[in-house]
Amino acid sequence: MSELALTLIRLGFLTLLWAFVLVTVLVLRRDLRMPADAHPVARSGRPARAPRQAKRTKAPKTAKGKGTKLVVIEGPLVGTVIPLADVQITIGRAPDSTLVIDDDYASSRHARIYPAEGTWIVEDLGSTNGTWIDRTRITTPTVLPVGAPLRVGRTTLQVQK
Amino acid sequence: MTTPALDSTIRRQPTRRNVELLLLVFAWGIGLLGTLQVGWAIGREPDTGLWVTSGVVGLLALVTHLIVRFRAPYADPIMLPVATLLTILGLVMIYRIDVAAARRAELNGNPLPTPDVYSQLTWFTVAVILFCAVLILLRDHRVLQRYTYTLGLLGLVLLVLPLAPVIGTTVNGATLWIRIGGLSFQPAEMAKILLTIFFAGYLVEKRDSLALVRTKVLGLGLPRLKDLGPLVVAWLVSLGVLIFERDLGTSLLFFGLFVAMLYIATQRRSWLVIGGVLFLGGAVLAYYLFGHVRLRVMVWLDPWTYATDEGYQIVQSLFGLANGGILGAGIGQGFPNLVPFANTDFIVAALGEELGVTGLIALLLLYAILIERGLRTAISVRDPFGQLIAAGLSITLALQVFVIVGGVTRLIPLTGLTTPFLSYGGSSLIANWIIVALLLRISDRARRPAATTIAPDEALTQVVRRV
Repeated sequence: MSELALTLIRLGFLTLLWAFVLVTVLVLRRDLRMPADAHPVARSGRPARAPRQAKRTKAPKTAKGKGTKLVVIEGPLVGTVIPLADVQITIGRAPDSTLVIDDDYASSRHARIYPAEGTWIVEDLGSTNGTWIDRTRITTPTVLPVGAPLRVGRTTLQVQK
Repeated sequence: MTTPALDSTIRRQPTRRNVELLLLVFAWGIGLLGTLQVGWAIGREPDTGLWVTSGVVGLLALVTHLIVRFRAPYADPIMLPVATLLTILGLVMIYRIDVAAARRAELNGNPLPTPDVYSQLTWFTVAVILFCAVLILLRDHRVLQRYTYTLGLLGLVLLVLPLAPVIGTTVNGATLWIRIGGLSFQPAEMAKILLTIFFAGYLVEKRDSLALVRTKVLGLGLPRLKDLGPLVVAWLVSLGVLIFERDLGTSLLFFGLFVAMLYIATQRRSWLVIGGVLFLGGAVLAYYLFGHVRLRVMVWLDPWTYATDEGYQIVQSLFGLANGGILGAGIGQGFPNLVPFANTDFIVAALGEELGVTGLIALLLLYAILIERGLRTAISVRDPFGQLIAAGLSITLALQVFVIVGGVTRLIPLTGLTTPFLSYGGSSLIANWIIVALLLRISDRARRPAATTIAPDEALTQVVRRV
């Protein structure tokens, strides 16, 4: 094979290598533009990281717009939004909870919220410090009205339409 | 019944498996062109062996893709193609060095050496099998947390296994291999993964006391002596590896990994300072106590004095890199086989000679992308254990690339570590593919829409660790 052809192939190989890198970077960029975690779930947060979490979860909030959502209105994870779909939501310190709260006053499996006939029911899962709607500690599965403050440990949540 | 909310959650998180397949085909094509280029450069027609080899590699890549498609559908789409391309580039280079060795033997009238590329291909097959096994058997990475201490112990045993009397083998001064039957294996590569999992499990449990309890000394919050224990143990083990197995690279890797994971888990800079001080102490101690460490440093500072003996390898590699220049000599047109161990420790020098600095930068970018995806996974996964494993495994890769590429290019003293995915050698290839499998498993968990993960009964019947 001629010298010229070899040189062209050599440069072609380098071009291809770089093309691969650039395509990967493009894919990566498109990936970054999508909300990184479309699952709008708070990460087990240390207080230091809380501001960033609030920012990260903003995207789903604006995207959802109209749907019913559960919003953290007080506590370290304030600003976190969880859209309510037709699946249950678990709250607690266990890492696989939907809302993981790193809080000494919360239990591993603290409470769950599940849908029933168009309303949302909250049930305490035998937590130590209790689950409170307004000022009352709940003992049986209770309907969670829109706008009522739900307290779990030091975190307060609210259902918003 | 599907609510609009649920629908949009799923729509916004495509699995991106087709992009992955496309990139895999691209990577395979690059490999094929590289292989053909070797033949063209030396004026030999491609034989059937070459086509069969390329076909097998393509088939293996397809298998990994299918497994990911069915077993980890939401996993990161970039990590697999990048790892595949790196492995393929390694195979091309090993094939190329085989060809050069064969030609040289022909010229000198020596018997032809056995080509390494076929055994590397065999190891790649084994690596893909284990990759699939990890993705099939490990449905959820959190299961590993239950075996934290078992895996840690196993890792330590593997680390010291080369010192065992019958099976341990010393090659080129380093006692790093075990030999059972005709097969030799480098257990430190597996130990690397097991110890990362152990560190992750251990730090998840202990990180609060490691992060919060401190005494202020000179404006720097220092942990209690009691909490320093594990760091000191890691330091001693690293030193032990250095002293008894005479392996600088591995000991550096383990200590760096542990310090980095401590820092990530606790977010306290003081660990980096303490780790740095311990590292410097260990390095100075090693320099004065051990001849082989001192020699490495001397060769690093002034390789030309040792150009014909201890520094021969590094000097040849520097000549190679210089010969490559900016655009490289072209695959098949350089002289990478002049460097001893061109297909293991010095494969980066071989690639640098034939692809030039342009190719080498592309190569380093591929590593950077892979590591970035790993760290990204660590950020987006929800459980702290998964975060630490993903971060730890990415850091292992980063450290290893830094140590070996830095060594070959004479940025830091040379230490014998394999180049991930590229180097000839089964243990390293297998271990790195298991790392990719673990990272994909964790990223699948991280990117999966929440709606599908919380099946009510699964949430209720799981084993609860923290009470």
